[in-house]
Amino acid sequence: MKFMLIMRATDEGVKAYQEIPFEQIIEDMGKYNESMMKAGVMLAGEGLSDAAEGSVVDFSSEEPLVTDGPYGETKELFNGFWIIEVSSKEEAIQWAKRAPLGTGALLEVRRVHGPEDFPADNEWIQKEEGWREEQAQRGQA
Amino acid sequence: MNNSHDEATARSTESHGVERTVAAIWRIESARIIATLTRLTGDFGLAEDLAQEAVIDALRQWPEQGVPRNPASWLTAVAKRKAIDGFRRRERLDQRLAVMGQELEREQESAVDELPWDPDEIDDDVLRLVFISCHPVLAREARVALTLRVVGGLSSEEIGRAFLLPVATVQQRIVRAKKTLAAAQVPFEVPSHGELPKRLGSVLGVLYLIFNEGHTASSGTDWMRPELGQEAARLARGLAALMPKEPEVHGLLALMELTAARFPARVDAKGEPVLLADQDRQRWDQGKISRGRQVLERADALGRGRGAYCLQAAIARCHALAPNIEETDWDQIVVLYEALGRLAPSPVVELNRAAAVAMATGPESALRIIDGIRATGALRRYHLLPATRAELLLRLGREEEARLEFALAASLAGNERERALLQAKAAGS
Repeated sequence: MKFMLIMRATDEGVKAYQEIPFEQIIEDMGKYNESMMKAGVMLAGEGLSDAAEGSVVDFSSEEPLVTDGPYGETKELFNGFWIIEVSSKEEAIQWAKRAPLGTGALLEVRRVHGPEDFPADNEWIQKEEGWREEQAQRGQA
Repeated sequence: MNNSHDEATARSTESHGVERTVAAIWRIESARIIATLTRLTGDFGLAEDLAQEAVIDALRQWPEQGVPRNPASWLTAVAKRKAIDGFRRRERLDQRLAVMGQELEREQESAVDELPWDPDEIDDDVLRLVFISCHPVLAREARVALTLRVVGGLSSEEIGRAFLLPVATVQQRIVRAKKTLAAAQVPFEVPSHGELPKRLGSVLGVLYLIFNEGHTASSGTDWMRPELGQEAARLARGLAALMPKEPEVHGLLALMELTAARFPARVDAKGEPVLLADQDRQRWDQGKISRGRQVLERADALGRGRGAYCLQAAIARCHALAPNIEETDWDQIVVLYEALGRLAPSPVVELNRAAAVAMATGPESALRIIDGIRATGALRRYHLLPATRAELLLRLGREEEARLEFALAASLAGNERERALLQAKAAGS
């Protein structure tokens, strides 16, 4: 099972984080990533640059509306993610609890869809089945 | 040790939830805990017993007391205490006991976040654990069971379920394996430089065996058990992180990623196997393909040439990159199989080379290779030999002969679904 650990932080959390020396953050994150790599569970992980460099595309109106960051009043900012492959949600949570994060930080644990979520009998595949049978019959004729 | 428990967890989790949490923690920590205990007690079998007993204590106590903040420390400390009690009972008051006692005392005073092992030693200890679990003195199935349980942190129940074996059989294999290791006085060590290639070969062989069991279940009704493939990839990924300079470790991981990428397309809606030529390539897992390619590049970048796993990964990469069977780089695949055949001559490799030659140059030359294999008497009980020969005969329009070969292949196939597929072909449908 794949899970995404989504790092989020309140404005307050971001501020608190900025007070930690950069080297410290790099070292702690490095250790955390290494522990997940050595356990063989880490598939990907990235940190995002400051929200001030980002933009939001809002689809509420007919034309998508683009707003450049920072986005003013925000409750939570999305700062980065990991994708891990583990055997249960509990295991994903155990890994999440080990992340080197502090006050104001949230780590959301979400399962990533896998092939098991797309049953082989969905419409698209059935169509293809039908096509294949047709081809086979044509081949025999 | 740490006594401050997460009370919120205790309140919100019922004992069933705690069981799953214990299992999850065990999956993460088992290798390091057992490795640490083996180093301390000097006895791998004892260490494994102690760790299992600590898990039983956790299952009893955590539902009441809550899950400790640092569960690995808790489990290790409980196991150490049990070791000390055991040594005392047997009056083996030696140096090891003194060391463990001191460590326990120190840990009780130390901070909650303290690790129960030496961070500079733990990686090597885990590697030692991998090598002891895959030791050549053990039978292959014993290596598989031990590796999954000790390094992978799977329970005997989970291993039994994955391999369609009674739990008692799995437990027996593990008990016997531990006795064999003790009787042979196998040391807890990473093999020396000269011995390493062979011993690493055994480790990689065990992981590949686990992967293949998930890839094509050798018996039973399910065509695939992807969770075993996933487990093997996880073990390989961990090993690659611990031995980053060994190209074949990366090669094996790349092979697993690139092969597993095809899993979603390998069965149809009815659960019937779909052969490579007929697979819907849009269903291949692009994430796995890109990871597999990256890992293979890492192996090649080490500049030590390609071993058998790297070559097989390179073959899998040719398939992964091809838009369809016709536009596959079959010439390249033939070259890779030739290299593989030189490195590790085997009739199975030869058979695969024949299949590639059939695509690159045509069925006649492929048929000659297969008849060559048959003339040596090799692979007489291997269903894919007649199955491949049958496909070639079909392409040459020799239908009657093809049917006979399909029937032979069906009679040799161990997997029920595969057998049914071959029987259908033998019947000419």
